[in-house]
This record gives sequence, C-alpha cells and structure tokens, in this order.
Amino acid sequence: MVEWITILVVCQLAGEALVALTHLPIPGPVCGMALLFGALVWNGRVPDGLGKTADGLLSNLSLLFVPAGTGVMLHFKLLAGDWLPLGAALIASTLMTIAVTAWLMARLSRRPPRRFEERTRD
Amino acid sequence: MTNLRDVWVYLAASPLLHLALTLVAYRVGYLLYRRQRFNPLFNPVLIAIVIVVSILLATGTSYQTYFQGAQFVHFLLGPATVALAVPLYRQVERVRRSGLAILASLLVGSLTAALSAIGIVWLLGGDRDSIVSIAPKSVTAPVAMGIAEQLGGLPSLTAVLVILTGILGAMLGPPLLNRLGIKDWAARGLAMGVASHGIGTARALQVNDVAGAFAGLGMGLNALATSILIPALWHLLFGGR
Repeated sequence: MVEWITILVVCQLAGEALVALTHLPIPGPVCGMALLFGALVWNGRVPDGLGKTADGLLSNLSLLFVPAGTGVMLHFKLLAGDWLPLGAALIASTLMTIAVTAWLMARLSRRPPRRFEERTRD
Repeated sequence: MTNLRDVWVYLAASPLLHLALTLVAYRVGYLLYRRQRFNPLFNPVLIAIVIVVSILLATGTSYQTYFQGAQFVHFLLGPATVALAVPLYRQVERVRRSGLAILASLLVGSLTAALSAIGIVWLLGGDRDSIVSIAPKSVTAPVAMGIAEQLGGLPSLTAVLVILTGILGAMLGPPLLNRLGIKDWAARGLAMGVASHGIGTARALQVNDVAGAFAGLGMGLNALATSILIPALWHLLFGGR
C-alpha cells in the first residue's frame, strides 16, 4: 500500500513542479492526475495495488473536504453584506450549470442510429 | 474537577483532539447519510461541517487551532485528486468515444456557470466584489481563488462560495437530474464535476463508477477551461475594469 501512496505523492509533487515551471492555470494535484493518467495509458492497465489504494482513498473523498469546509466559519461576515444576490446566484447558477451540462452531454453522446441504417442499405 | 480541566487543556492543545473531532463528525454525517439511503440532501460533508463548526464555536476554539489537527485529513486531498486518474483510466474507452461531446458540454457548462452567476448577482444589485468573487465558484478552490485574485475580487469570499457551491451541487444535483430524466451516468457525472468540483465528484463516486470517473474529468477540465475563459470574458464584458 505504501508503494502506491508513494506513487500518488510523487505524481502530485511532479504536478506541482510542472505547474510552477510552466505557469499552467491548474492546481498541482490536477496536473498530477493528468500525469498519472498518462502513465496508466502508457502502462496499458491499472496495477491491482494502485487500484485498491485509489479506491480506498476515493471512497472517503468527502471526508477530505471537512477541514476546508469548516473554514467557512471564518468568512460568514463576508457573505452577510450581499447574502441575497450571492445566495440566489449560488443556487440558481449551480442548478442551471448541472442541467445544461448534463442535458447537452446526454444529447451529444447519444449514439446515432445511422450506422445501422447504412449497413442495411449496403 | 481540576483534573478533568487539566486533561481538557492538555488535549485541546494537541492536534489529536481536532483530528478525532473531524473523523468522528464525518462518521456521524456518514451514518446519517447511509441511514437515509444515501439521499443527497443528507450530505455527509455538510453534516460534518455543521457539527464541527458548532463545537468550535461552543468551545471558543479558533479555526487555526482546529486546523492544526485537521490538516492531516486536509493534506490527503492532493493524493486523492491524483488518484482520480484511476477511475478515469477505467473508463478510457468511453471517454475517447465521446471526446467531442465532453469538450462541447464542458465549454457550454463552464460558460453557464460563470455567466449565470455574474448575471444573477448583477441583476440583484450585488457589488463589484461579489460579482468578481462568485464568477469562478464552480471551480476547485485553489484555482478559483487564483482567478478571483487576478480579477481583483476577494479570494477568501471565493473560497466560501466554492465550498457552498460544491455542497449545493452534491445535494440538489441528483434530484434535479432525476427530474430532468437524465439517466446517462457519464452525463450526470460530468455535470456534477463541472458544476460542483470535488464535493460533487465525491457524491458521484459514491453512486456510480462511470459517474465518478466523468465527474473527476469534468472537475479537472473545468479548472483549465474556467481559468482561460473567465479572464477573457471579463475583459470582453467590463473592458478590463
């Protein structure tokens, strides 16, 4: 397990370094995710141990947001000034974004039945 | 009595107490969530945050003190984000097949997130700080804070708005998608990741492997898209003011 954690941490470190060098507008860990993804494509499969480690870590992903989320307590005053526009925008905009993105993705990735027709025409 | 107090003072100063508080609060949140059959409205992150904040406020503990213990949990966010490459790789064929659909949905979703937030705050008379700070709300926190800073907003306000967006998306997204009749797990996941970053991705992962993979992808791609689109959009709309 430690070997796979090591790989994750090294990928993150490489990601952070790459972002610092190239000024890419993404966080280091996201760059590390892209690096690990590249390595998996190159390797052709997910090693069992890595799969288990990743699944274990990700099945508790929500837990990892609790410390940062608790930081909300520091900034409630900032929200107080414009609470109505901010609150309305948060709810409406988040719902709109989810609806629009999912609808478009579902529509565009629906497989067109054309292929079947073409084949029958042949 | 003094003994008990001594013990409390000792424990309150060690990171162990607040590490334990974080884990126990989450456990309580998770058990409630599970008892409600993973109803998204019983979001375990929200329940845990409410418990922790209440206890910190009741005991007069500062966030800095709390974070000394909680940082050990917080630190794992980095490796966990890297680990999202694994579920993504497992869906690599599907991702490849719908590459164009992903790209188009991402761009439209990213623009919707920013423009609708800017528009609603502006229409309801919010001030400039609020408009700038909410624009990158759907993006993972470090990137969102960077964008807010670049445009002259308040990064700490952005951080709060980002977390709230994540929780709202994780809670309200699934019932909305059900109502819209969208059953495609790839589309559901991508939307959760684009709109509500890591917290939405965590919810997607709990429900379905395909959704989790596409949510992680949506989160990563939207970090990139938004940090390019919002500054450009800002110059277009407000001429760089």
